[in-house]
Amino acid sequence: MSQILKICEQTDLVANSGICAIAEGQQIALFYLPKETPLVYAIGNWDPIGKANVLSRGMVGDINQRLVVASPLYKQHFDLQTGNCIEDSAISVPVYHVELAGDEVLVTL
Amino acid sequence: MLNVVVIGNGMVGHHYVEQLAASPIDTQITVIGGETRPAYDRVHLSEYFAGRSPEDLALTSREHYIEIGVEAHFGDPVFRIDRHNKNVITQAGRQFSYDKLVLATGSYPFVPSVPGRDHDSCLVYRTIDDLGSIKAQADEAHIGVVIGGGLLGLEAANALQNLGLETHVVEFAPGLMGVQLDTGGSGMLRRKIEALGVKVHTSKVTEVIEATKDSDTRLLLKFADGDCLATDVVVFSAGIRPFDQLALDADLKLGDRGGIEIDYHCKTSDSDIFAIGECASLGGRIFGLVAPGYRMAEAAVSQLGDDKQSFQGADMSTKLKLLGVDVGSIGDAHGTEEGAIAYTFSDERIEVYKRLIVSANGKTLLGAVLVGDCSDYDTLLQYYLNGIDLPTDPETLILPYNAGATPALGASVLPATAIICSCHNVSKGDIVEAMDAGYLALGDVKVETKASTGCGGCAALLKNIVDDQLSERGLEVDTAICEHFSYTRQELFHLIKVGNIESFDELLDKYGSGRGCDICKPTVGSILASLWNDYVLKEKHVGLQDTNDTFLANMQKNGTYSVVPRIAGGEITPDKLIVLGEVAKKYNLYTKITGAQRVDLFGARVQQLPSIWKELVDAGFETGHAYGKALRTVKSCVGSTWCRYGVQDSVAMALYVENRYKGLRSPHKLKSAVSGCTRECAEAQSKDFGIIATENGWNLFVCGNGGMKPRHADLFATDLDDETLIKYIDRFLMFYVRTADRLQRTSVWMENLEGGLDYLKQVVIEDSLGIATELEEQMNNIVGTYQCEWKRTIENPERLKRFVQFVNTDAEDDQIVFVQERGQPRPATEAERLELSKATA
Repeated sequence: MSQILKICEQTDLVANSGICAIAEGQQIALFYLPKETPLVYAIGNWDPIGKANVLSRGMVGDINQRLVVASPLYKQHFDLQTGNCIEDSAISVPVYHVELAGDEVLVTL
Repeated sequence: MLNVVVIGNGMVGHHYVEQLAASPIDTQITVIGGETRPAYDRVHLSEYFAGRSPEDLALTSREHYIEIGVEAHFGDPVFRIDRHNKNVITQAGRQFSYDKLVLATGSYPFVPSVPGRDHDSCLVYRTIDDLGSIKAQADEAHIGVVIGGGLLGLEAANALQNLGLETHVVEFAPGLMGVQLDTGGSGMLRRKIEALGVKVHTSKVTEVIEATKDSDTRLLLKFADGDCLATDVVVFSAGIRPFDQLALDADLKLGDRGGIEIDYHCKTSDSDIFAIGECASLGGRIFGLVAPGYRMAEAAVSQLGDDKQSFQGADMSTKLKLLGVDVGSIGDAHGTEEGAIAYTFSDERIEVYKRLIVSANGKTLLGAVLVGDCSDYDTLLQYYLNGIDLPTDPETLILPYNAGATPALGASVLPATAIICSCHNVSKGDIVEAMDAGYLALGDVKVETKASTGCGGCAALLKNIVDDQLSERGLEVDTAICEHFSYTRQELFHLIKVGNIESFDELLDKYGSGRGCDICKPTVGSILASLWNDYVLKEKHVGLQDTNDTFLANMQKNGTYSVVPRIAGGEITPDKLIVLGEVAKKYNLYTKITGAQRVDLFGARVQQLPSIWKELVDAGFETGHAYGKALRTVKSCVGSTWCRYGVQDSVAMALYVENRYKGLRSPHKLKSAVSGCTRECAEAQSKDFGIIATENGWNLFVCGNGGMKPRHADLFATDLDDETLIKYIDRFLMFYVRTADRLQRTSVWMENLEGGLDYLKQVVIEDSLGIATELEEQMNNIVGTYQCEWKRTIENPERLKRFVQFVNTDAEDDQIVFVQERGQPRPATEAERLELSKATA
């Protein structure tokens, strides 16, 4: 059963960068990109290659028009919309549906 | 196993040992050197007077020989060769038996038999010890005379001038450098060096050297024509003679004009004995240059293996700088071949002389002389060595551009066998091969082939070949930094500076496409910091920083950070050292002393960073910028304050330099060091810029680095006072920050500058681009606006909001697990982590 949870406030988000929040014991990396549609993206915080909870601290950008975050450990890129690793198609991270409702950030788990 | 004994440890003898030791041939090598020190660079001997120490000139060391398994003995010359029993006996009576013997005994200076030549102030110019004697005799002397106006004589004259003596050159022939230059070239050379203050006396035969009493000077030279010349010091440099006495005593065959006779395989008349370098004579010729000596060494090594190579003589063309004057000589400089045609260009205003000797049919270049301008040397040498057909009007090769000169020889007409770099024997074919293997960038080709890494004289030609090969392959070098900007870092720097651009978005809107990425964002962030020194955590720059810059700490493999406070120059008070210990203990951090004379504290969680730094800042620490592409550290030795050998206060200088440049954002991290004397305990020559104290000030070295591809720094300027030193470093660093590529270290940057070190000297020392003032102002601006990023951060609650693990809870990341090792925490391995979480579950 999927459920919609308030994970944090919009003011917790940092423009053009990432933050991390916990929901139901899962670490979720949230990226706020004011120039994009949608505005907010959510993927798992665990870097399956570097094996640490760091993706929220990576840099965001685009590669061939795909929005990505670069792992701060070994610099692989993960697609913010699909979770796929650009460098290794066998690897991916979870993607969560996320939306802004007023001042609240809601995640579907 | 073959027992090989090498007599002589000069440049050629050393090259032989290196080549043999690196070959697969199973040998035990024994080296016996007559001098007390291992091989050194004799070609650059005169730099000893410009501040290079014997250690700087060394090509090897006793330790290195031990490492490669070579037995070496110095200071006990060989006295006799016993061919019958196949052993050699030294002066001290030691015996070494051999299977193969190599004679690399070199040569000695020829001293004409002039009465009075044994006076204490009559010297020769050949070894480092000779230089020491010259220096000692020059002390309290005013005038120095060199007897001999050849190549070596002019080198010696340069040395005397560097020592501050009024310098005279005495030559018995009518002109200088008679072997390499024709009359016209010789005349122009004389004119030029006389303008530099050297007094030249030609057609002078010295008959006697008298010691004088009751005079201001020590000696009086009397010439055959009745003239006299008063002087304090005399240096004989009238040619060299091969050291062939050992061979003669052992009944080996000598050449007609001396030297040990060898065949194409460098074998002497005894097939177990080889001779190489200046002591050897091939067909009556002696090769007194280092490159042919190296080729002989390689040929001699190959005789012990399966792939036997021969040495059939070598081209003796030379290009060099004598007393700062460019001189080049190719092939038959005198035009002795029958029917040869000469073309001469001479411009007395700019003091340039050029002469071509061409075959009777006008098609082939036979020789050339260049004085005052050697820019055509490489092209002419290629015509000469490869027998390339000359253009219809050969004179266009030496005429100035405005008089209808032809451009430099196109790289495409050179055959694959053309030797481009004679220092490392790299042919055009080798370069093409490296490019075929995927090394397409100029810098990579240099590293792969070693081309242009010796004297650097072939740099322009090498670039032509690389460019020509690229266009032949239909390639253009893609210098774009990433898919968002089709510009190099240097171009972006200019765009930002000229357009006064202050943010990434502004730059992207005007010159880029897409949204940016983890390549271009930090690059632009660094340029903005270099240019405007804006606080890196300002909101508009937030997205430009990678995690290390965002959290002002270095992320480690488990997602925690290391903390590195600045310990300028490696100097720290006991109180501050105690604070570091207390903070590490309180937050359970792993501590380690780094190679940069600092203390790293590892294992801080992101949310701990502000309180850790608050304690450090309160105790007077500043950020060490270990997270940034910035100036890291200026290492120092303890210097003259404590050390018995120190000649300057290296710690004070290191503190000044580190505090001046701390936080300077640059294309790559920057390191520096200051040594208080020539013993170089701070390892300044392995840094981007290194400073070594001399008795008169400071020597500046640039573009060295340690790490994966270590590189010794190059000597940049000598005996600088404090103010000039800082001025040069300001200009050097700012020029680097402006023009280097992303993640390009200073060494690679310099190798990619057309003109290399010389060009860099022109820009920094001579201000050839006229930008020195601007560079200094820019640096002063950055120095003046310095701020400690950690101090700013802990004072700003808005900024501190970022330093949390989770925005919605105070919980800790349960995947960060430590175990104890040697009394300190370390990250758990994956297996340990799984084991531990099983235990708790």
